[in-house]
Amino acid sequence: MLRFLLSRVTLIVPTFMAVTLASFLLIHAVPGDPIEVRVGEHGIAPERLAMLRHQFGLDQPLWKQFLDYEVQLAHGDLGLSVVTHASVWDEFLTLFPATIELAACALIFAILVGLPLGVIAAVRRGTAFDYGLMGVSVTGASMPIFWWGLMVILVFSVALGWTPVSGRIGDMFYIEPWSGFMLIDSWYSDDKGAFKSVVQHLILPTIVLGTVPLATIARMTRSSMLEVLGEDFIRTARAKGLSPVRVVVVHALRNALIPVVTVIGLQMGGLMGGAILTETIFAWPGIGHWLVEAIQRRDYPVLQGGTLLIAVLVMAVNLGVDVTYGFLNPRIRR
Amino acid sequence: MKDFWRSYAQNRGAVVGLGLMVVLVILAVTADVAAPFSPIEQYRDAFLAPPVWMEGGSFRYLLGTDDVGRDILSRLIFGTRLSLMIGFMVVTLALTVGTSLGLIAAFAGGIVDIVIMRLMDVILVFPSLLLAIVIVAILGPGLFNAMLAVAVVILPSKTRLVRASALSELAKDYVTATRSAGAGTLRLMFLSVLPNCLAPLIVQASLGFSTAILDAAALGFLGLGAQPPTPEWGTMLAGALQYYQRAWWVLAFPGLSILITVLAFNLLGDGLRDALDPKLKR
Repeated sequence: MLRFLLSRVTLIVPTFMAVTLASFLLIHAVPGDPIEVRVGEHGIAPERLAMLRHQFGLDQPLWKQFLDYEVQLAHGDLGLSVVTHASVWDEFLTLFPATIELAACALIFAILVGLPLGVIAAVRRGTAFDYGLMGVSVTGASMPIFWWGLMVILVFSVALGWTPVSGRIGDMFYIEPWSGFMLIDSWYSDDKGAFKSVVQHLILPTIVLGTVPLATIARMTRSSMLEVLGEDFIRTARAKGLSPVRVVVVHALRNALIPVVTVIGLQMGGLMGGAILTETIFAWPGIGHWLVEAIQRRDYPVLQGGTLLIAVLVMAVNLGVDVTYGFLNPRIRR
Repeated sequence: MKDFWRSYAQNRGAVVGLGLMVVLVILAVTADVAAPFSPIEQYRDAFLAPPVWMEGGSFRYLLGTDDVGRDILSRLIFGTRLSLMIGFMVVTLALTVGTSLGLIAAFAGGIVDIVIMRLMDVILVFPSLLLAIVIVAILGPGLFNAMLAVAVVILPSKTRLVRASALSELAKDYVTATRSAGAGTLRLMFLSVLPNCLAPLIVQASLGFSTAILDAAALGFLGLGAQPPTPEWGTMLAGALQYYQRAWWVLAFPGLSILITVLAFNLLGDGLRDALDPKLKR
C-alpha cells in the first residue's frame, strides 16, 4: 500500500512542475510586462521603468525568472494584487472558506438526492419513474447553470420572496469570522436568527451548483446498479431469501459504489468551474467571484495565483480519489 | 445502415435529440428567411415589449423585445446559426489537432508519447471553464478567442481517446499485415488505423458540440465571448442582467435555447454511443 501511495505521489511531481510552468508563462503571455500593467495608463519614465524591471528581476533571462518564481512559490509567496496591493495568498485564504462551504453543500445535496434516485430508477427499471428520472437528469446535465441560477432567483426570490437574492448573510447580522464557514460561525454566535439567515442564503446557490453533479451522480448510480443487479451473487442473495431492501442496499449498492465514488471525486473540477458562475450570479464572496473580478480589473497576479491554487487543489483531490480507489479495490494497487 | 438506425431508434431520447437537431439546423440555415426581423435592428416604438400571450404583447414581436427594441425571436434564430457554427468550428479544430496528437503519440511511443500525454494531463488539471477564462483573459475577449479557448479545453479528451483506440488497434494482426505489405506510416495512420477508431470519435464529437456551445455561452455571459450586439445567447443573457427582474422574457428565452441545443446534442451523443458501441448496449 505504501508503495502504491509513493508511486502516485511521484507521478504528480512532474505534473505539478508543468502546472507552475504554465502559470508562469501565463503572466508572460499577457501583452505588456507586469510593471507596465501595474503602472497602468499613466505611463512612466524610461529610467524608472528600467529600474523597476531590474528590481523585479524582469531583465533576467526567462529560465532564470522561472527558477526565481519556483523559489518564490516554495516560500508560499504568490505575489501582490495589482488592485488592492494585498498578498494574493492572504486574499485567497480569506475567500476560500466561502467557496468550500458552497461547494461542499452542493456536493452533499447532489449525493443525498442523486444516489437514492439512481438506486430507485435501477430497481424500477423501465417504469415511468425510470424514464422520467433519466429525462430529467439528461436535462440537468445539459443545464447552462448561469441561466438556471437567474431563473431560480426570478421564481424564488423575486416572485415568491422566499429567499434572499445575493450574499452569504443578511445585512443586519455581523458574525465574527472564526472558521470562515458561515454555517459554523453563525451557529455558535449568540444571535440565533443569524444561522437561519445563513441557511436561507445558501439554499439557492447550493441547488444551482449541485444540479449538474446531481444529474451525473444519478445517471452513474443507475447504470452501475443495473450492472451489479445482473450479477450472480445478487441472484444468490435473493435465493437465500434475504429481504429485497437488504439485497439492494447491502449487497448491490456496496458493490455499485466504486464507480460512483470515482465520479463524485471527478466532480471537483466541475464544481470549481461552476462556482465561478454561481458565485457571480449570487454575489457570493468566494474564489470564483474574486477571479472574475480580477479579469475585469486586469489583475493578473490574482488570476495567476488563484488559478495555480485551484489547479493544486484539483490535483490534491484527484490524488485523494486515486488513493481511496486503491483502498476500495486492491486489484489496481500494483 | 438499417441495423444502425434500428438500434439507434430504440433509444427514444436519441430520436427526440435528432428531431431537435434537424429543426435547429433548418433554423440556422434559413435564418435570413425564418427570422421576422433583423437581429440588430432597433425598434424605437417597442422597448421591452412582452411576449404575445401576455398583456400588452403583440403578434408583431412573438417573444417580445429587449431594452433597445430588438425582436428577441429574430435574435434567437440568428443565435442558432452562431451557436451551431461555434460548435462546428470548435469540434473540428479539437478533433483535427486531437486526432493528430493522439495518432502521433500512439505511433511514436517513447518520449514523444510521454510529452504529449503529460501536456494533456496538465490541461486536465485546470477546471475547464477556468482554463477557458484564463486563455480568453490573455488573448482578449471575443468570439474567435473564446472558440480557441474552448477547443483547447476539450482537446485532451479527444487526444486520449484516439491514442487509446489507436494503441489497441496497433496490436492487431491487420496492422502487421499492412505494414509487411509495405504501407508507409502515414498511410497506416490515416487509412488503416484511424477508420477503425471512428466510432467512439463520432460519439465524442457530438458530446463535444454540447460542451463547446455551453462553454462558449458561459464565456459570453461573463463578457469574454461574443461582444454585443452579436446575437449570441450567452451574451444576450449578460445584456439582460440589469433589468431581468422587470422583464423575465429577455432572460428566459436565450437560456432556454442554450438548454434545448445542448440537450439535443447530448441525447444525440447518447444514442450514437448505444448504437455504435455494442459493448455499452443495455
